[in-house]
Amino acid sequence: MDFGPLWLSVQLAFTTTAILIVAGAPLAWWLSQTRSKLQPFVQALVAMPIVLPPTVLGFYLLILLGPNGAIGAWWVKVTGDALTFSFVGLVIASCIYSLPFAIQPMQNAFEALPKKNIEAAWTLGASRLDAFLSVAVPLSTRGFISAIVLSFAHTLGEFGVVLMVGGNIPGETRVVSIAIYDHVETLNYAAAHQLSMTLIAFAFVTLFGMFVINRRQLR
Amino acid sequence: MSSIALKHNVSKEGFVLDVDTQIPDRGVTGVFGESGSGKTTLLRCIAGLEGPTGDDTTAVHRRRIGYVFQDAQLFAHLSVKKNIEYGMRRNGGAAISIDEVISLLELRDLLDRSVVGLSGGEAQRVSIARVLCQSPRLILMDEPLSALDERRRNDVLPYLDRLHAESSIPIVYVSHSIDEICRLSDHLLVLDNGKIVAEGDLQATLARTDLPQLGGKNAGTIIEARRMRYDEQFDLTLFDFSGGQLWLPGTSESDAVRLRVTASDVSLTRTAPESSTILNILAASIVEIRAEDTATNLVQLMLGNDLLLARITRRSTHELQLKAGDEVFAQIKSVTIRR
Repeated sequence: MDFGPLWLSVQLAFTTTAILIVAGAPLAWWLSQTRSKLQPFVQALVAMPIVLPPTVLGFYLLILLGPNGAIGAWWVKVTGDALTFSFVGLVIASCIYSLPFAIQPMQNAFEALPKKNIEAAWTLGASRLDAFLSVAVPLSTRGFISAIVLSFAHTLGEFGVVLMVGGNIPGETRVVSIAIYDHVETLNYAAAHQLSMTLIAFAFVTLFGMFVINRRQLR
Repeated sequence: MSSIALKHNVSKEGFVLDVDTQIPDRGVTGVFGESGSGKTTLLRCIAGLEGPTGDDTTAVHRRRIGYVFQDAQLFAHLSVKKNIEYGMRRNGGAAISIDEVISLLELRDLLDRSVVGLSGGEAQRVSIARVLCQSPRLILMDEPLSALDERRRNDVLPYLDRLHAESSIPIVYVSHSIDEICRLSDHLLVLDNGKIVAEGDLQATLARTDLPQLGGKNAGTIIEARRMRYDEQFDLTLFDFSGGQLWLPGTSESDAVRLRVTASDVSLTRTAPESSTILNILAASIVEIRAEDTATNLVQLMLGNDLLLARITRRSTHELQLKAGDEVFAQIKSVTIRR
């Protein structure tokens, strides 16, 4: 079996998930707690990737990350490499594409926390950050598990954005979904079956695992 | 005796809290008022959870003010012990030893338990321990018993008595139950619609006749008394206070007790009745008489150094021609031991 694309997909999904959880948790916390008028604005921005066709995201990311784009040009200046058609570029694109799938479960979990529980932590001497890390996060495990599983699985399954931003470079941007497309195009159905069935099995097992864990925590 | 200044002025959704006063820096200050009078808002302002924020205000976590919530608010992911240690770790260790607190609240058997399975009363004891271990300068208690049923309440009350007796940390105790206030506090603030309508020593404030908040079924005072002796034949205990002696049914465990006498349990006579089924008849002088409604008067009485309230009809007042300064006899029909 062609393990290269599979391994690359796992690396991409893992990196993206790690970034989204660490950077996304504070954003999800802010969205759940703030009374700012900016909240619905930010909330809408975060949810956009759910609604937009991947081609729209991919198109603008291609422009933005390209050697003449704002981010791409800066990246070329700093590292000497182009962002488009590179693994780093894929990670950036995936983070945006999977953002709502990480933010929303965490935000829902934070919103379900009793406000007074957090206030109790403050009155006991915990700073805002301390109370977030020592009370809000551990009490929101279910939300974090959902966020991890969903952003991992969603990144694994992305196709359109990857195709536009990353192309099809083996070992760099040729992730499993692209590889399957390639195999089908070249009528190599056996290879396409292998990778597809692997993905189907993986998707089912992780989602099943998530629902089992969530059910157990509920009791 | 020095004092703690409370100065808070906040408004939210049409409600205005405007408080500017001083409370003693020892003992328990009871804050009494109906729901919606601003009691909780006052506590939240003191804790810094509400009111102005900014550079000139101390952040909540630096105030070292313990807050006991109505419903305990324990951290569900931590054990009982970890909950108790939460505040201690963040305030550079406890001034009182954690062991003392654990024995005071009898929590030793619960320490390794998860807080999820605790009864309401146990949870509230853990939350009080958690607050004590953070070495607070002041403890705020927001109706700590109101979420508990009668039995659980009686599980927790003795611990609050012990805390009152043994701790030197000032406590602000908010309640809409006059019984809890009478049992636990030394000083009283009466709050109504965001404003303090009365404040002062507990007995003196309870004895005021001009406060509708402390009228009606709440009318009555407290007396600090000492146990003298027990009469086995009739199962009565004799108590002594500045205004005389009182016989009360049953035994008492403690030497010093606080007695609650409600206004409707006190009646007045001009002369000492020669035969009466009422055991406790004491000489008193009338301090003031005030109309409570069209039918009844509240009479403030002085017995020794203690103040009592009596509720009598306006007709009796008229027929006996009672007025301030008169010497009368107070017939006290029933008394409850508050602690």
